Amino acid sequence: MEDSKVVSTSEHLLEVKDLTTRFDIEGGQVYAVNGVSYTLDEGEALGVVGESGCGKSVHALSIMRLIPIPPGRIEKGEVSFKGRDLLKLSDDEMRQIRGKDISMIFQDPMTSWNPVLTIGFQIMEALQLHMGMDKVAAHARAIELLELVGVPEPSLRVDDYPHQFSGGMRQRAMIALALACNPSVLIADEPTTALDVTIQAQIVDLVKRLQQKLGMAVIWITHDLGVVAGLADRVNVMYAGRIVETGPITEIYKNPRHPYTVGLLGSLPSIGERTGERLFSIPGEPPDLIGLPKGCAFAPRCNYRTERCWNETPELEEVSPGHYAACWEKDKVRKMQ
Amino acid sequence: MTSEVPMESKQKEVVLHVEGLKKYFPIRRGVFQRHVGDVKAVDGVSFDVYRGETLGLVGESGCGKTTTGRTIIRLYEPTAGKVLFQGRDLAKLSGSEMRSTRKHIQMIFQDPYASLNPRMSVLNIVGEPLEVHKIASTRAKRRERVAELLELVGLNPEFMRRYPHEFSGGQRQRIGLARALALNPDLIVCDEPISALDVSIQAQVVNLLEDLQEQLGLTYLFIAHDLSMVRHISDRVAVMYLGKIVELADRETLYNRPLHPYTEALLSAVPVPDPEIEKTRQRILIEGDLPSPANPPKGCNFSTRCRKAKPICFEKEPEFVEVEDGHFCACHLVPPKK
Repeated sequence: MEDSKVVSTSEHLLEVKDLTTRFDIEGGQVYAVNGVSYTLDEGEALGVVGESGCGKSVHALSIMRLIPIPPGRIEKGEVSFKGRDLLKLSDDEMRQIRGKDISMIFQDPMTSWNPVLTIGFQIMEALQLHMGMDKVAAHARAIELLELVGVPEPSLRVDDYPHQFSGGMRQRAMIALALACNPSVLIADEPTTALDVTIQAQIVDLVKRLQQKLGMAVIWITHDLGVVAGLADRVNVMYAGRIVETGPITEIYKNPRHPYTVGLLGSLPSIGERTGERLFSIPGEPPDLIGLPKGCAFAPRCNYRTERCWNETPELEEVSPGHYAACWEKDKVRKMQ
Repeated sequence: MTSEVPMESKQKEVVLHVEGLKKYFPIRRGVFQRHVGDVKAVDGVSFDVYRGETLGLVGESGCGKTTTGRTIIRLYEPTAGKVLFQGRDLAKLSGSEMRSTRKHIQMIFQDPYASLNPRMSVLNIVGEPLEVHKIASTRAKRRERVAELLELVGLNPEFMRRYPHEFSGGQRQRIGLARALALNPDLIVCDEPISALDVSIQAQVVNLLEDLQEQLGLTYLFIAHDLSMVRHISDRVAVMYLGKIVELADRETLYNRPLHPYTEALLSAVPVPDPEIEKTRQRILIEGDLPSPANPPKGCNFSTRCRKAKPICFEKEPEFVEVEDGHFCACHLVPPKK
């Protein structure tokens, strides 16, 4: 965590600055991502945590330029990757990077494959396109990749269709596809949410091992604070399209300073709890983001709010080295015991 | 109420006694729809639920936990087995007898979007059971009771004119709960009631379930795949694997001293929201995938993935027996109680 500035010069692998994404809907717009800034270094594992609708997936799709335009549009911001602003590239140039330097795996391993092409064909496609391999070499490499992610009998399974794979196997093959071109960043968007816990443990373990072996950076997007705890170096907590807290993983869990993070951690049942203990619950519901709330978006649900929170939006400010929180009352906020 | 089940203590009244429950779904093939096999979704499940307790039923997808819940209240016709509720075998009741018994057993469902009729107002959704069972005779009485129920689950009674689409997931789950409570049931089968909800909303619904249990003396059969939530809410927990219960014990015993290799592995797969614990933790990874319930392995169902399997495990099916007081397990490697 030597370099912890939220906005800094381009010695980072990936730097997101003030990313803002909107969706036009009938009679208004959805404020999906509202000025997200962070950096990612080589080989780093970053967790992005938040509930549904907080903009965590949309921010990743914006980085990958996979937002459907219209109705979506990236209003402003900058995503510099190895010195180039991805948002300014042409579609062709972006296609060179997507799947090669930055790849992504998705939540649903059932729908992210093309059902009428074999798994092998789809992996080979990426290799032929991005790496200029011929068919024979790509086939051999596809088998190698499937072996790397632990698909049994890869030389036979490579010619299977997606429906012949189980959910966990499909996600493994998806990881093989994502790794095909040795990306420097892997974005994993809730890759284990559709899977059972035992399969989830297998996938988390796999990504961790591959990350160490191949030295790539990982952005792991999830709503599950448990999964992130085991795999990230740093965490961004998102709420209503903004990062409300960011910092080293142990800091966030041990010493959270945003009331939302405190509430999220408190609403999880803990291992050591006694019988009859109640869970803390955050009152109310997340905002719908049609129209940007004035002031702090979390204020209506917050125990710490003051008059100021209704009117002024807090920015991220450092609370300890590398640990930032966007809250007016952050000096008072403490983890629940 | 008396029951044929031996009880360890007099205070514990058995509300629901399930014995050897099976539910097979036939597989049919060809022009003549020949019966070629069965998906053994629930394959011989036995347990008791005591009054006022919460029994958690956990397992991975496809293990038959939801089918168990649905077969108990006869949303599916059981293939074999007994379901004794207040001394009567639900599996043998006629349609109209079952309907009147459902007053006492209600269910809440996983999907708060699919389980409420989008064309009915909240008043009609929550009031329907009252009408069907002729509890509240006049409209005014019904409205009064619905208002009371909405208040009970933490919703504003003024919302009763609204339709399901006007509510969020958490609020809809509350409406489903109000509907289940309308007839003052003894037992509620909760089928993954929180898994479609966001983390902060999950805690709200779980707290509500616990409050209502205390207030109304409810008994829950709580079906879920989230092991940490089940630990929080349950008094006793049963773990299912491929249509069978592999282990059943009170929650402290089950979580601290699991005996079945599957329970052990399942618990070790649950991520802990604490980075320091996660760093040092040794995981037991289960290899491979769940076998098909249409073609379960010979011997123990878990033998194909078990790291402790012995030759006998591939040959003979282990019996589900009491291994310590109140602790049941189906594994050849765990000696039965003397």
